[in-house]
Amino acid sequence: MNKVFAYIRASQIWRSIFRHGYPDTPRNRTLAVLSNFFLHLHPVKVRRSGIQLSYTWCMGGVTFFLFLIETITGLLLMFYYRPTAELAYQDILALREHVPLGIMRELHRWSAHLMVISVWLHMYRVFLTGSYKAPREFNWNVGVILLVLTLLLSFTGYLLPWDQLAVWAITVGTNMARATPVLGHEGPGAALVSLGGLDFIHAGDDVRFGLLAGRFVGEGALLRFYVLHCVGIPIGAAVLMAIHFWRVRKDGGISGPL
Amino acid sequence: MGQQIKDAVDWLTSPTLYFLEFTLAIIFILRFRAFFTKKWVIAVFFAVSTAFMVFAFGDTNFNRIITKPDNVPIIILLATVVFFSWLSLRRAYLNDEATKRGEPTQEAALGKQRVFTWPDLVYIELIFMVIFTAVLIIWSIEITAPIEEPAASARTPNPSKAPWYFLGLQELLVYFDPWLAGVVLPSFIVVGLMAIPYIDVNPKGNGYYTFEERKFAISFFWVGFLLFWVSFVILGTFLRGPNWSFFGPFEYWDLHKLEPMVNVDLATYFWTGLLGQARPEQPLIRELPGIILLLGYFAVIPKLLESRLMKSLFEGNRQHIIRYHVMMHLLLWFGLIPIKMLLRWTVSLKYIVGIPEWFFNI
Repeated sequence: MNKVFAYIRASQIWRSIFRHGYPDTPRNRTLAVLSNFFLHLHPVKVRRSGIQLSYTWCMGGVTFFLFLIETITGLLLMFYYRPTAELAYQDILALREHVPLGIMRELHRWSAHLMVISVWLHMYRVFLTGSYKAPREFNWNVGVILLVLTLLLSFTGYLLPWDQLAVWAITVGTNMARATPVLGHEGPGAALVSLGGLDFIHAGDDVRFGLLAGRFVGEGALLRFYVLHCVGIPIGAAVLMAIHFWRVRKDGGISGPL
Repeated sequence: MGQQIKDAVDWLTSPTLYFLEFTLAIIFILRFRAFFTKKWVIAVFFAVSTAFMVFAFGDTNFNRIITKPDNVPIIILLATVVFFSWLSLRRAYLNDEATKRGEPTQEAALGKQRVFTWPDLVYIELIFMVIFTAVLIIWSIEITAPIEEPAASARTPNPSKAPWYFLGLQELLVYFDPWLAGVVLPSFIVVGLMAIPYIDVNPKGNGYYTFEERKFAISFFWVGFLLFWVSFVILGTFLRGPNWSFFGPFEYWDLHKLEPMVNVDLATYFWTGLLGQARPEQPLIRELPGIILLLGYFAVIPKLLESRLMKSLFEGNRQHIIRYHVMMHLLLWFGLIPIKMLLRWTVSLKYIVGIPEWFFNI
């Protein structure tokens, strides 16, 4: 058996991919991290306090992993789901009825719930260890925006099954928008934006209308939420995550006593 | 016996008591952290909680709400938040004790050593990926994602609830109008979180757990996150039923449960109650008492507390005066929430300033 492994490791194919020997020496362990695209996010060496599980709770890593699961399962779901008022609900039912071993929607939904929790816990941990303090102030801010994006991702995805739960949860949520000061038609100050008795802010053009592409949660809202859920917000989150991870390195790695 | 426990729990979870119990719990736990951070305390807590869950599971009403597939994560949230709060406080307490003895904190002692990412960090990541994949697959096979009836804009379900992570905000709707509960206060939460690193100039407690060195910051975050966010999510999920009425965990969700609400504006209290005359028509005159109160709240309190808080939080350094005022402003907005809650419970106050003509109600 060892001979087979040795043969594989000596082959040109293997050596074209991994440019180091078995990572059991300092040199090879260094190379394992440096010469691997995915691992090079990490420094070669880390503080021992920084990787202690009771210190980090691993919640940042878990959040990122759940984001990856969401991306993969979401991509698979997109093969079956059509975001129109006639087809959306049917397609969701079909996922269970017609797709063999169909647990993609379950994986997607439960991971999404967990991701919200893990983001909160990650923020909680970062606060309690004072890891937002200099020089990490900016990265904390990137993190806050990522928290908001996570909630928005979950919120936009909530509508897509197009059942009673989805539509009314989004109705309750977006009803808030009509009370936006100045920009919502039932918000304070909206009446001030008028000219000679002509109201500029009304139910047909306020922020809620922009959010829903209509006066109520209908087909326009479904498409809008779908595009935001599958393309818009994930791209934004991916860019910010790249910055977030990069800044963790630049600001001195996982936090520890100065 | 069983019924008496259920009635007692229903009574103890009524919104007023629920809020007071959580507040007292936070104060007690932080004050007596030497006791609460012991290992057996958390073990007993989880044992008692599990026993209670087993007992309560037999109840139809409890079972109905707790076994909803979408409520599983809330139980996970509750368990993890309790556990991690305990863990962090324990580490903080041990570090503080070490500092008192003149010894280095756990992080400082371990932080001097550097270990290779491969394998020391990579294997943790691998194990976590395996565990989460396994748990999620089993969970997904066992519990099917819920799907209700097809969307119908004509039939409103009762209760209509926002997604669970926004239920804290929906709870605020009991006390505030949508423009505050749904727009202004959430914006202030985000802005406030982002402002934290620029307000908190305390250089201590950077990169290690501590309580003694950051008493104000950590107590504040416990109140904000545990009390006003997590506990409200749990309240909104399990204890709010049709018409957003309150229901104890063992109570049947009766559509016709009536909660008489005769809430009174401050203006009515002032003009009719105090002066014994009709409320003036002009909104600005009518609401003058409330407006003066609010302006006073936002303008006078920061001035009153300035010298004391500047000293304790910023060591009296005048160059931090802008930080102080930004912090106070955010804190005062946050403080409106418990103030409004208390006023509602005690004197059934509806609005401090109520100008429905302009959708401007506070």
